[in-house]
Amino acid sequence: MLTLRVNGIIHKLEIDPSTPLLWVLREQLGLAGTKFSCGIGECGACTVHVDGKPTLSCVTPVGDVSGEDVTTIEGLKGPLSDALRHAWIEEDVPQCGYCQPGQIMSAAALLASKPRPSDADIDAAMSGVLCRCGTYPAIRRAIHRASREV
Amino acid sequence: MDKKTMDQDRRRFLKISAAIAGGLLVGVHLPGCYRPTDVSTKKGKTQTHTFAPNAWIRIGRDDTVTLSIHHSEMGQGVMTALPMLVAEELEVDWSQVRTEFAPAAPVYKNPAFKIQMTGGSTSIRTSWGDLRQAGAVARGLLIAAAAQTWGVPSSECRAVKDTVVHHSSGRRLRYGELVDRAASLPMPQDVRLKVPSEFKIIGKRMPRLDTSMKVDGSAVFGIDVQMPGLLVATVVHPPVFGTKVMSFDASKAKAVPGVRHILAIDTGIAVVADTFWQAKKGMEALHVKWERGDNDDLNSEIIWKHWAELARQKGDVVRNDGNVEEVVAKAVKTLHAVYEVPYQAHATPEPMNCTAHVHKNGCDIWVPTQNQDTAQETAARITGLDYEDVHVYTTFLGGGFGRRIEADYLAEAVQISQAVKAPVKMIWTREEDVQHDFYRPATYNVLQAGLDNNGWPKAWTHRIVGPAFMDRLIPQFTPSILPPWFPRPLKNLSAWFTGALVPRFRNDEKATEGAAELAYTIENVRVEYIKDDPGIPTGFWRSVYHSQNAFVVESFIDEIAAATGKDPYELRHELLWQAPRLCAVLDLAAHKAGWRKRPLKGIHRGIAVHDYHNTAVAQVAEVSVDLKGKVKVHRVVCAVDCGIVVNPKIVEAQMESAIAFGLTATLKSAVTIRKGRVEQSNFDNFPLLRMDEMPKVEVHIVPSTNPPSGIGETGVPPIAPAIANAVFAATGKRIRKLPIRPDDLRSIS
Repeated sequence: MLTLRVNGIIHKLEIDPSTPLLWVLREQLGLAGTKFSCGIGECGACTVHVDGKPTLSCVTPVGDVSGEDVTTIEGLKGPLSDALRHAWIEEDVPQCGYCQPGQIMSAAALLASKPRPSDADIDAAMSGVLCRCGTYPAIRRAIHRASREV
Repeated sequence: MDKKTMDQDRRRFLKISAAIAGGLLVGVHLPGCYRPTDVSTKKGKTQTHTFAPNAWIRIGRDDTVTLSIHHSEMGQGVMTALPMLVAEELEVDWSQVRTEFAPAAPVYKNPAFKIQMTGGSTSIRTSWGDLRQAGAVARGLLIAAAAQTWGVPSSECRAVKDTVVHHSSGRRLRYGELVDRAASLPMPQDVRLKVPSEFKIIGKRMPRLDTSMKVDGSAVFGIDVQMPGLLVATVVHPPVFGTKVMSFDASKAKAVPGVRHILAIDTGIAVVADTFWQAKKGMEALHVKWERGDNDDLNSEIIWKHWAELARQKGDVVRNDGNVEEVVAKAVKTLHAVYEVPYQAHATPEPMNCTAHVHKNGCDIWVPTQNQDTAQETAARITGLDYEDVHVYTTFLGGGFGRRIEADYLAEAVQISQAVKAPVKMIWTREEDVQHDFYRPATYNVLQAGLDNNGWPKAWTHRIVGPAFMDRLIPQFTPSILPPWFPRPLKNLSAWFTGALVPRFRNDEKATEGAAELAYTIENVRVEYIKDDPGIPTGFWRSVYHSQNAFVVESFIDEIAAATGKDPYELRHELLWQAPRLCAVLDLAAHKAGWRKRPLKGIHRGIAVHDYHNTAVAQVAEVSVDLKGKVKVHRVVCAVDCGIVVNPKIVEAQMESAIAFGLTATLKSAVTIRKGRVEQSNFDNFPLLRMDEMPKVEVHIVPSTNPPSGIGETGVPPIAPAIANAVFAATGKRIRKLPIRPDDLRSIS
């Protein structure tokens, strides 16, 4: 039996601890906002927070995060997150939208550690999340906007 | 819009209305991207409580306005731009508009293809008349219903924000209060569409309707579909193209917990389990022997060598102006160049997937597809069901770019569900997705120009060698073009017939699109095509052959400028005097980029211009190249003329998007073949453009009164040549192969 705390809720799961966190979130817990895209930790679409740190859930065995605080896009809360969501909406960032949960989780972690990020900070924090639609300029604008408004 | 177009639109619309009268909308259940509360057809509510004058509009007694989206939303913004067309005429409050994805139905066929399909940047182009007409008809009926209620002439009433108002008395009725009466009225014979000066929504930066659900993670993509009893499958395909499974040992795979079925299907082996991870584990435990095939020794070098040999022959002449041979023979100077453009993967962020449930009453399919008709036809063919029993529910698409026009992955899901008698969500791994794509065709291009003594090109020849894919797709599309009541054997026969006969009577000249239309005024032009398919699957890739051909044409025109000491912008400007729209975007991009001013030290500029189905785009790229040959793109200035702009915000976003998409193919990735298989497999060896590599993009829109001509793909073609030409300006090295890799750049002399 494995204990997992996701978005503040404790789950007891009968599961192979080597299963990636991503698939536990999506298939066992029904939290489909976190996306599968590469499966090898190359694209960042699966980014969640583990104890506040951005973490690639597709290459993180669920057994490794037992007892830690996992936050997904569905559970992202607080003034910073509200500012981010609002900025994302104001800038109409998403196109296909598939990578956006990963983008927003990464941006939230960035703003939590650097409330006033420079363009270079944004590049460093966000370049691990790929967007095939090229929403990068809009993401940059949204992060700056959220940083101003939070 | 001119009168002729308007009349054509109206005639088609009336046909559409007649089709609707048959009750197409009734009872259609559309799960997928929206929440059940949005469905006014849910239990306890009957369709009679709504007013559905046509296939795009449903207004409920509770004032809800629900608009059908008959194209697939893959990021390009149809879920916002199509409702804007309806809402403009219907006079509804934008913040109250709800949307749902339309089912597969004849009324929603794309007139550009005769099937219900999203592609070719056609959604707005083909809906511009119909959807405004749909809104105007509904508005007319609501006004007439109000006028009847009050006993006043319709001319004294007008529609404002979900209500009809009577001028003199100030009386108002909400749309919801008018639906019952409006539903009983005859269709108006004549409705007037607004002229652009009256637009309140079209042309404005309306917020996208899909943003909030894509921000909170609730948007439902195909891969997110969930239902009780759903099994999850994954499929392994023969790694070498054109081969099959010889045998497989499933004993270890079967022992993986959760694995329930392992079965051979037409295209490979499916592992079905309770969860994806279990299915993937099962797949990894499979021991498969693949047949040996003709392609076992195929590699990219062999393909290029073969094409170089083929290119010595003459091809099918697609365009032949003047007398090329004579002019080249007399030319003061001739230029000659060979361009190689590689295969490209789509790499949609959401891997191929489909959920199918074949049951005793029919077949339900939840799928991120760009092609509802071929989805329906494919499932009907496999199951033997009639179209009316095959329900296609389109979800959001995590990227499409042409890949999701295909139905290969859908066929697999249907076969698996049929075999295991349960609902099945089939998901490919990224590796299968990259290695079993329908790639952008690679092409080999031989170019020649003859110049006069002033350095002006007088002759131009372009010979293209490469695969064509319409011969493969036309048979797949044909059954859906036929009337739906055609019996199955005839549908199958039609597919067979077109497959066997079309290639004999029709030259598939798609490979020359974007090359044969050469807009530069050169008196002697010949464009030829030599079809050759080495056996690598190919298909539509954002902007189709325009991406290869714009790179070739716009690079070679740059070579002419360089060879004659002319400015690359000036030469283009002079030669485009018969193509005013192209010339206007070229001038605008050059002006906004400050072409005549020196760029900052170390920055070099390149320019390119291209027409994609009547949308003209020019781009000026500013790059620097470091000592190691690494290209950095700093800024792209983009000018676009796409006719009347429905939503400038979306046009700007699509230009940024196309540039990012094109930059991956220009600077980062290509698909190469080794031993009959694709060498790349995931984003580690098929890397995509990253945030820190994205240039600043400035978009300038040319004001226009022409009908909209499309936007989704149109920014892709010019970016590769704009970059390559800038790299030439920086280094003096001419890029004739993509992508531009530092090692290759260092080795070009």
